[in-house]
Amino acid sequence: MSGALLIRGGRVVDPSQSIDEIRDVLVVDGVLAEVAQGIDPPEGAREIEAKGLVVTPGLIDVHVHLREPGGEHKETIATGARAAAAGGFTAVCAMPNTDPVVDDPAGVGFVLAQGVAAGAARVYPVGAISVGQEGKRLAAIGEMVGAGAVGITDDGNPVMDSGLMRRAMEYAQAFDIPVADHPEDLGLSGVGVMNEGLVATRLGLHGKPNASEDVHIVRDLMLADLTGGRIHLQHVSTAYGVEAIRLAKARGVRVTAEATPHHLILTDERVEGFDTHAKMNPPLRSSEDREAVREGLADGTLDVFATDHAPHHYDEKEQAFADAPNGIVGLETALGLGLTHLVGEGLIDLPTLIHRMSVGPADAFGLPGGTLAPGSPGDVTIIDPEEAWTVDREVFLSKSHNTPFHGWELKGRALFTIVGGVVVWQAGA
Amino acid sequence: MVERRPLNQPRSSLGKDLVGLEGLTSEQILTILNTAEPFKEISERRIKKVPVLRGKTIVNLFFEPSTRTLVSFEFAEKRLSADTVNISSSGSSMVKGETLVDTARNLEAMRIDMVVMRHGSSGAAKFLAERIDSSVINAGDGSHEHPTQALLDMLTIRDHYGKIEGLKICLVGDILHSRVARSNIYGLLSLGAQVAVCGPKTLLPLGIGELGVTVFSRVEEAIQWADVLNVLRLQLERMEGGFLPSLREYNQVWGVSRARLEEAPKDLLILHPGPMNRGVEIDSDVADGPHAMILQQVTNGVAVRMAVLYLLAGGAPDTAEAAKEGVEV
Ligand SMILES: [Zn+2]
Repeated sequence: MSGALLIRGGRVVDPSQSIDEIRDVLVVDGVLAEVAQGIDPPEGAREIEAKGLVVTPGLIDVHVHLREPGGEHKETIATGARAAAAGGFTAVCAMPNTDPVVDDPAGVGFVLAQGVAAGAARVYPVGAISVGQEGKRLAAIGEMVGAGAVGITDDGNPVMDSGLMRRAMEYAQAFDIPVADHPEDLGLSGVGVMNEGLVATRLGLHGKPNASEDVHIVRDLMLADLTGGRIHLQHVSTAYGVEAIRLAKARGVRVTAEATPHHLILTDERVEGFDTHAKMNPPLRSSEDREAVREGLADGTLDVFATDHAPHHYDEKEQAFADAPNGIVGLETALGLGLTHLVGEGLIDLPTLIHRMSVGPADAFGLPGGTLAPGSPGDVTIIDPEEAWTVDREVFLSKSHNTPFHGWELKGRALFTIVGGVVVWQAGA
Repeated sequence: MVERRPLNQPRSSLGKDLVGLEGLTSEQILTILNTAEPFKEISERRIKKVPVLRGKTIVNLFFEPSTRTLVSFEFAEKRLSADTVNISSSGSSMVKGETLVDTARNLEAMRIDMVVMRHGSSGAAKFLAERIDSSVINAGDGSHEHPTQALLDMLTIRDHYGKIEGLKICLVGDILHSRVARSNIYGLLSLGAQVAVCGPKTLLPLGIGELGVTVFSRVEEAIQWADVLNVLRLQLERMEGGFLPSLREYNQVWGVSRARLEEAPKDLLILHPGPMNRGVEIDSDVADGPHAMILQQVTNGVAVRMAVLYLLAGGAPDTAEAAKEGVEV
């Protein structure tokens, strides 16, 4: 991208360089050129006045479901990439549980091409661990990485065969990508549709115990220990799981892990009244679990704040609870929820939130970006931390509106989302 | 969600719907039981019909087969002179491939007054009630609630003891999958009974004790404690789910037998919602014995359902006596 962009006078928060000061940020030809005070604008530079605003490395969401190919009635790569940009994200990692599954280089190439064509947030494909996500034999991992995949996962249909998981972790090391896992023992989950506990018992809904998640978290940590591989644990929701990851990190196991906005903010009480917008997998857990996930995010046990953006069509959620699919959209609410309910309530400070949304996810998946260091991609998010707004699902750029946060009053949102020096989204524009 | 109610339907003391007993006050539950009393007598007449619900249209919408519950509702509706239509998912193109809400809206477009629904998913009754103007009566939703069954159980217990408050009632069997158990627990606790559950731990939901019930793992303990045993039907497919080794073992350990009952310090009242698996959860000498209330439950089922229909249609509790003599709602 040719040309220059100067962002003047904002509070620059770049945890990768421990910067939290008033600075100017200069992007030239799509690349970060300089972060300093009083930068003279180059000839013809576009300028954005950022006084009173927060300027951060472009935010990254490593866990989104863009549904294309096969689920275009829920979301497309284009609508998802635009929703991401509207939420302040400059890059997302697309999960491979589409129809067909992204388990070969052609699938990876398709996702990449659709992402480029969207011209919004960058879209990094994640490939499947196993062919068809059937958990039987390894997918074409090396070829997929060659085509641009940044990691592998069978999210949506987790690997039950621990032997296969071990092989995946061994094999992936040649390509220096993480193996991401949705940790869930499907046998323990059984026919469960929500967290096992008092609320499930009262409502007569079948529960999934914490153990169904914990057993696979511990398994994966042991396999990472055994193989020396990199494991990335997706959407951690339990107290035991957080503690197990904390201990594994202390022992030097190569593990990164996510927390979602909904597991950080809601509990299984939200299922009261059989609200299908409170149905996701892993399910909303108890308040003790929520507390542990918050502590994990604060102390860095959980490195990544990721949405698990899971769009579903209105008709699919408009069913009895047990019959509705799992998941909620998250791209357009995550930053506001984080600023309001994590930073605003004093659980973490602003630089910590930005860390978990920039350098944390970039490191977990080895992505370019996540930093304002000179020479890195010119991806920047400019945030108004004071703007009060109300979540309105009707104005989402996502094709789907399945959120439990509709009507919530939030404070703080992205005003500019800049990818490669180009403003791909601007609030109110 | 805002309560929706067409202008032509008066407000009832129960609200628009009967989705469950959780959330009903003890007064509301007693109102239903008391209203059932005068309706009992109609079924004993030579001409078992009063014009209370004449002109009202009721659809019995059964997504799961349940002849027993359907027949009971249908008798209740017909004895109150309502016009009824039965729709079952197996025999109906209306239901196949159509969403629940579309089915209901189609019915409503035909200007019905009430829907009695049986559905396999917990919460389905509430889901429907929030989306249509007609009254919805839950005839069983998943493992959630089956309020009219619990009401007829309570009416039967009250017939025998003259009260509910202070009695010790134990539900025996598969609590995990039982909508009957949940409705009984909510209703009985609301009326001041002491409630216990008993069964193998594989069939007791986590946290059940936090609802305020005592938990027995052995049926012998329950028999020592209780005034009433409500013996739940064991779904025979539970073996495949790995919940139980065999029906034979279930009968040996948790079956209610005469030998076990003879160890009780007092005579126990025996209830069963039916249909029974004789020789599994209950032995024939108990089911056919003097303390079994099983047929009384069936009789009371019609009266309780008449009471619910009458009240939801806007009938006043204190005019039920007059209604049975032929005054229309
Ligand atoms: Zn997942």
